[in-house]
Amino acid sequence: MNAEVGITLGEVGASLALVAIAIAVSRWRGAGLETDIGVAVLRSFVQLVALGYVIQAIFDGGSLALVFALIAAMVVFGAFTARARARKVPGALGPLLAALALAGAATLALVVALGIFEPEPRYLVPVGGMVIGNAMTAAAVALNRLADDIRDKAPQIEATLALGASAREAAAPVVRASLRSGMITLVDSTKTTGLIFIPGTMVGMLVAGAEPTEAVRLQMILLWVLLGSVAISAVVATGLAYRRFFTPADQLRDPPAP
Amino acid sequence: MGRSCRSASAHDPHPAHRDLPLAARALGGDAHPGAHLAAGPKRLAGGAARRERWRWREAGGDRGRPEGRAGLIADNRSVLFELRDVHLDRAGKRVLHGVNARLPEGATCIVGPSGSGKSTILRLLNRLADPDRGAVLYRGRDVRELDPRALRREVALVPQLPALLEGTVADNVLYAASLAGEEADVERVLELAGLDASYADRDSDRLSVGERQRAMLARALAQRPRVLLLDEPTSALDPGARDAVERALQDLCGRLGIARVVVTHDEGQARRLAEWVVRVEAGKAVACGPAAEAFAT
Repeated sequence: MNAEVGITLGEVGASLALVAIAIAVSRWRGAGLETDIGVAVLRSFVQLVALGYVIQAIFDGGSLALVFALIAAMVVFGAFTARARARKVPGALGPLLAALALAGAATLALVVALGIFEPEPRYLVPVGGMVIGNAMTAAAVALNRLADDIRDKAPQIEATLALGASAREAAAPVVRASLRSGMITLVDSTKTTGLIFIPGTMVGMLVAGAEPTEAVRLQMILLWVLLGSVAISAVVATGLAYRRFFTPADQLRDPPAP
Repeated sequence: MGRSCRSASAHDPHPAHRDLPLAARALGGDAHPGAHLAAGPKRLAGGAARRERWRWREAGGDRGRPEGRAGLIADNRSVLFELRDVHLDRAGKRVLHGVNARLPEGATCIVGPSGSGKSTILRLLNRLADPDRGAVLYRGRDVRELDPRALRREVALVPQLPALLEGTVADNVLYAASLAGEEADVERVLELAGLDASYADRDSDRLSVGERQRAMLARALAQRPRVLLLDEPTSALDPGARDAVERALQDLCGRLGIARVVVTHDEGQARRLAEWVVRVEAGKAVACGPAAEAFAT
């Protein structure tokens, strides 16, 4: 994995031609995404350059404390981003912070404990970033679904509460469905990986000149690690967030319309 | 209607306590039923005692609930629920403002036009909602002092919109029974609710609205409640089915000694079902009293 890949700024600039196609398509079909695409490209440029310098600094320093600081920052940023997507869940930030922190911490601790990766910045930073990114998406999808289902199924939930069920019991079916929807995307893409698309890690390693079999091994590790972290994230987020829809007296805060 | 709700409670500040011993005897010997709820167990009385009580009532042992006691209903009957100056807003809209009413043991109907706040009152009675201001009392105790889940098992609410869980009718009945720590006789509760045994294995989402309403009733009965709260229980039924459900309700409440509070917009239904009537208009209880007086004019 030591192959040097010389990528010049000119080559990066050339890839903007594809961005131009995206903008042209959006304008041609009236999708109204031109500004968003521009913002996305600008943000990705600024954020990735900044990240590059930060990672370089961490690699040069070799300090695990800096690694943890970076991962903590990712957790906080990820939780705010996910909250913006799961607006319909009141007070979602707390559950999201807990979900991402736990998914990140448990996953990294396990891969180190199992001897999969050395506890070194060059492994922990990229793996941590992938784990938290996927955990964020899963938690946001799960919470969105949770809010929709609790609204749609309010009559059933309240009828179950009326039987003397606890909020946990009454919400169990919708919590189950939202957990499932948070995990299903990664499960499905894991099923089809290698058949329909070549995942990002493998692309990176192959382009960097690694042996295909080595790229495959790393890709398998990452996919399987992600499955676990996504499950942790979705179960923690939904398990904490459903409570926000109920009062302490096991009442729906937003009861069904009469 | 002969008296206002406010004056009914004004001259008798502690009606519930006064009448409790009588009510307690009628209910099978608990000196102060509400006391069990605050202590936190699932039930007012243990499952065995309740099963015994149901059998006993069915055998005609309940002397506290004779049929045709219209003359007794006004003041000698113990108070089951009391609403004291209840206010409730929802989504910035005033739903209840200053509801005062007393509901005795037996059969009460809450009548009024749609949107008047009847269903909201029903939801307050088993704490699916709490008032913003004022108090709701069950057998003389503020419902906020009681364990809400134990209260809901004892005071069962059957909502207007049938909302069964996925699975068969029997699954629903058994789930409700398990929540209450009861063993369910599925066929029997189906029969009590006016459904024959073949419904047990039917999928809940393959029933008509009327069948679902009766399945909801069966599910509530599986918990052996003491009080049934029914929100427009026949709104989805044709007259024939409606009459059958009304007969079933009167029969099972009479046999099992279950008190019932029925919300209805249908004056005719209130006449047929009620011993006591609370009339609600625009978020207020404008009158309450014995049915004989309510429908005298």
